[in-house]
Amino acid sequence: MALRSARELAGQLAEGTVTSVDLTRHYLGRIAATEPKLNAFVTVMEEEALRAAAKSDERRAAGKTLSPLDGVPVAVKDNMITEGVRTTCGSRILENFVPPYIGTAVRKLQEAGLVIVGKTNMDEFAMGSSTENSAFGRAANPWDLERVPGGSSGGSAVAVAAGQVPIALGSDTGGSIRQPASLCGIVGMKPTYGRVSRYGLVAYASSLDQIGPMTLSVEDAALLLGAVAGHDPKDSTSADVPVPDYAAALGNFDWKGKRVARPKEFFAGEGLDPEVERVAGETLEKLAGLGAEIVDVSMPNVKYSISTYYLLGTAEASSNLARFDGAQYGFRAEGTDNIIDMFSRTRGQGFGQEVKRRIMMGTHALSAGYYDAYYLQALKVRTLVKRDYDRALEQADLVIAPTSPFPAFPAGSRMDDPLAMYLCDIFTISLNMAGYCGISLPAGFTNGGLPVGMQLMAGAFQEEKLLSAAWRLEQALGVVGSRTPEIAEAAV
Amino acid sequence: MKITPGIVEHVALLSRLELSGEEEKERFSRELSKIFEYVEQLGEVDVSGVEPSPHPLPQKNKFREDVVEPGLSNEAALANAPDKEDVYFKVPQVL
Repeated sequence: MALRSARELAGQLAEGTVTSVDLTRHYLGRIAATEPKLNAFVTVMEEEALRAAAKSDERRAAGKTLSPLDGVPVAVKDNMITEGVRTTCGSRILENFVPPYIGTAVRKLQEAGLVIVGKTNMDEFAMGSSTENSAFGRAANPWDLERVPGGSSGGSAVAVAAGQVPIALGSDTGGSIRQPASLCGIVGMKPTYGRVSRYGLVAYASSLDQIGPMTLSVEDAALLLGAVAGHDPKDSTSADVPVPDYAAALGNFDWKGKRVARPKEFFAGEGLDPEVERVAGETLEKLAGLGAEIVDVSMPNVKYSISTYYLLGTAEASSNLARFDGAQYGFRAEGTDNIIDMFSRTRGQGFGQEVKRRIMMGTHALSAGYYDAYYLQALKVRTLVKRDYDRALEQADLVIAPTSPFPAFPAGSRMDDPLAMYLCDIFTISLNMAGYCGISLPAGFTNGGLPVGMQLMAGAFQEEKLLSAAWRLEQALGVVGSRTPEIAEAAV
Repeated sequence: MKITPGIVEHVALLSRLELSGEEEKERFSRELSKIFEYVEQLGEVDVSGVEPSPHPLPQKNKFREDVVEPGLSNEAALANAPDKEDVYFKVPQVL
């Protein structure tokens, strides 16, 4: 039996067969029971959640619900600012930081009546692909506790996959929503850059970061995106583009006669696991069965996207993370007698290894004498990567690719080799370069029972098409809801 | 390029990151050298005539009306301060 989706819970709330307090207690209980094994949360907001749930029930009794998801529990990644609730970014440097304001996406969840039950574990400052780079310990994959859930939004992926919450928000800078969604067998979507406000999302790489939904089904992703999307005067990069009713439009897409681009660069290569290749082939067969035409294309510059990302992302991070200096908030190292030493020691002790590595990479790439060769060159290659997408999308309605070259890998197996970890994002990172939208959905399992995701991608602000196409594919594949990890069985 | 321990030291200073000692310096030198060796593949791409993309989608300046809005109170702004005095953040000696 499958875990209950947010849509089902919303229906039960509307029928009056459950209350929001019932649901919130249920999920808090699931969290308490499974956290010792999963470590998906940094902070569980028990009191706040029960208070919010009681208010939701009062609204419903008065006939004043705020949205279809009013009363549904949700988790948010711990890089989203929550007023009065500590926000750590998985870092020691923010271990005790209690923000005095609220981020826009979180505020919108509250305004839609959702019940925020906790802040999820993540790679420190969203830098990582395994949720092992967390100052609060690694999160475990619910399908195999010895394996990683992916990252950096690993906590949100685990929480949804294991039935700790029905839906969650993550953030995606180079694949940080889609890759853990793929490794945990759930749906994860990176909206177009600017679709969701970044106000109150702690910045890693400002030209790439984007908040998005992590859910059990495509329909839930449509509902959750609809709740948080939209223009925000507090984020000048947020787009003033209308937000359609994504969930209502899901049935409007027919694959018959549609063209889907299969870039050869995403379907070959020594790094591609044979079982992922098998699932990719089966997915393409399904699409052909639905009447889609598979168009072979080449995107010759995507092979440069890892390098481009690690120059641009780290350059932006080196600037963004300069604010963590121990002066105004967060951790401050003891025992220094001048301000420069205080800054350096605070940062040296407060940041983990991967964060320090990326700050130094970015600082070096931007430093005198190297700027043109590294940073400027990467900005130009980014233009070429984007052109690859534009060419593919001229020939087809959507682009398809595996989300991750391999299924969930054993914890610890890539921690000693940063470059090997970076290569986890080889199929997801180029989309962030282009700024377009993409969704990973569960497409099958390995023989060993690990989930495998496939991603569909579309152009700027084409979320409606993307979600409805993914919804049709999800129905045809029949993978979503077909299996539940053992640790989640008690949640059913 | 090889990121020597000397470069690591210089970059750590620019980044305001105190390293724990020679061992950490050596390790960053090894790891960063490997990463920079990899990213130098970008040098082989012909980018003549290609414009740089600092943003994925076109961005333009947006202006708002210059109206006074409530901001953080001193108390709220200082609530997370590691050290404070009166209404000020307190830090070690600057000069």
